[in-house]
Amino acid sequence: MNIVVAIKHIPSIADDLPVSGNNVDFDSVDFVLNEFDEQSIEQAVLVKEAVGGTVTVVGVDLIEELDNILHLAIAKGADKAVKVTADEPGADSHMQAKWLSEAIKGLSPDIVFAGVQASNDLDGQIGPMIAAHLDMPYIGGVSSVEVADGTATVNKEFAGGVGAKYSVSLPMVVGVQAAAKPPRYAPISKVRQVAQTATIDTVEPSGDASSGLTFKKMAPPVATGHAEMIDGSPKEVAAKIVELLKSKGLA
Amino acid sequence: MSNDILVITEHMDGKFSDVSFELVGKAKELASALGGQAVAVVVGGGVDANVFASDATIHIDDAALGQFNPEAYGKVIEALVKEKSPRLVMFGWTATGMDLAAWLSAKLGVPCAAYVKEIGSDLMMGCQAYGGKLMAEVAPEGDMAIAACLAGSFPAEAGQGSTAATATASPVDLGSLKVKFVEAIKPEGGDVDITSQTKLVSVGRGIGGKENIELAEELAQALDAALSCSRPVVDAGWLPRTRQVGKSGLKVKPKMYLMLGISGAPEHLEGMKSAELIIAVNTDKKAPIFNVAHYGATADLFEVAEAMLELL
Ligand SMILES: Cc1cc2nc3c(=O)[nH]c(=O)nc-3n(C[C@H](O)[C@H](O)[C@H](O)COP(=O)(O)OP(=O)(O)OC[C@H]3O[C@@H](n4cnc5c(N)ncnc54)[C@H](O)[C@@H]3O)c2cc1C
Ligand SMILES: Nc1ncnc2c1ncn2[C@@H]1O[C@H](COP(=O)(O)O)[C@@H](O)[C@H]1O
Repeated sequence: MNIVVAIKHIPSIADDLPVSGNNVDFDSVDFVLNEFDEQSIEQAVLVKEAVGGTVTVVGVDLIEELDNILHLAIAKGADKAVKVTADEPGADSHMQAKWLSEAIKGLSPDIVFAGVQASNDLDGQIGPMIAAHLDMPYIGGVSSVEVADGTATVNKEFAGGVGAKYSVSLPMVVGVQAAAKPPRYAPISKVRQVAQTATIDTVEPSGDASSGLTFKKMAPPVATGHAEMIDGSPKEVAAKIVELLKSKGLA
Repeated sequence: MSNDILVITEHMDGKFSDVSFELVGKAKELASALGGQAVAVVVGGGVDANVFASDATIHIDDAALGQFNPEAYGKVIEALVKEKSPRLVMFGWTATGMDLAAWLSAKLGVPCAAYVKEIGSDLMMGCQAYGGKLMAEVAPEGDMAIAACLAGSFPAEAGQGSTAATATASPVDLGSLKVKFVEAIKPEGGDVDITSQTKLVSVGRGIGGKENIELAEELAQALDAALSCSRPVVDAGWLPRTRQVGKSGLKVKPKMYLMLGISGAPEHLEGMKSAELIIAVNTDKKAPIFNVAHYGATADLFEVAEAMLELL
């Protein structure tokens, strides 16, 4: 089984997100592995453990720091890493989907994993776009994958615990919401060791596409309301919350 | 080319989701400004499609479309959009719309905006990004665009009506699909039903680990509340799926929703924004939840929870 996992480096939303021009100022934010890609790496490794094969992680190197998350993925069980060298932090999802599709085609995948979404773009998700370019079926919101005899059985979530099971003849692209098990932890020592020994293949970006969207503005939301803030030490905050709840007959 | 707006509606077990009505209502407003028609599109077998206030409703009625199948639905919608060549195609940014909108965009080479919360009559769109921390305004180029809209962005009433649907056969052959629907998955039972609670204490990733759930549980008990959570808490295995609030979890409307360490991502808000009293404790003063909560405190949840326990 050739298992390919597309992984993405995105600005951490735990931080302040300063805007410069019409986009986040990429130079002043920390980049992290998209949380759904952590799930998707785990799901891919679970499939490999079940049926054998090779897990190759692939990403577009937008800010020349992709090696960090490629190493992390190898420490979590991936076998190989490929990066598309495109030092273009502002490339939109349509462009990246095209580059990734070309790179993934070269890997002859039996199954491709993507995260269900990343929070940092708004021209649609890359998983379904890759599927469109590679002419493979796509199912997103997936929370478990089993493979046997060239067929994948996937569970897709709708809402409130309701979902559906599908069987899909491979190859396909899966948009992972959650792995069938919580992702395994890779010790920092192991990531460091991988960083010293792993080789990362590089491919040039190939192909062209555009989101067709013009950005007019990016800014914090104009809040229609704001919470009344309770100030003070944690003890004071606690006392005020308890008082508030009591005044409303809720405590 | 037309100035029509196609709304891809969604249904389950014969019932249309709220977002379908929201989109039809918005489409009517946009279509009348653009001089076109708001057309509701119902893909599915055996549903009553005469429920929209649309200018027209097209019902692609085929037994193979009875259950959501992204491959089959994608092919049908692609063919329909090519035939009608509308000005705008609207999807919900939902479990089904997320499978289709970007796929269609790449297939047809048509711009797509996701996380849409606002659409002007010039088709400028306001989109949420970065988990709700930023908003972007974008303008689509060309003659056709796709908008994938967040649930709850427009009023649903405006889309409710009784326009008689025109049933048509599938425009594409649905005989040899690679994707096959196997069976529906029903929710697990046997746990606290968070949708019927008057008070919820809800924990997010800020709770840090399974070992800290006990503290939150203790606080919930002291308040005579149940414990609920955001999605990452479930995905990490700290609480069961039955406790998850949000887009892919449950919708709740308690009298009290006390949030500890939840940032307020749009997917979480979808499940709880109509709670009567929302109190959020978060160390990040820019957390989007503070735009939604009634009361907030920039504080450490552990310190606040422990201090509350002493007082209760
Ligand atoms: C298709 C789809 C469906 C989804 N469905 C859901 C859903 O149903 N429900 C859901 O919740 N999410 C859902 N999500 C995920 C959603 O996008 C967010 O990732 C999630 O809501 C974030 O959860 P969180 O706020 O707990 O975590 P984070 O966003 O990581 O926020 C943690 C917060 O804790 C704060 N914090 C950290 N430490 C402390 C401390 N000691 N004291 C106080 N505060 C602290 C931080 O400042 C931060 O604001 C879905 C995503 C997708 C793509
Ligand atoms: N630059 C990228 N490199 C590799 N994978 C990506 C990239 N951008 C997006 N993806 C994949 O697409 C998923 C959804 O991200 P997005 O389409 O950006 O919302 C991610 O979880 C990745 O699997």
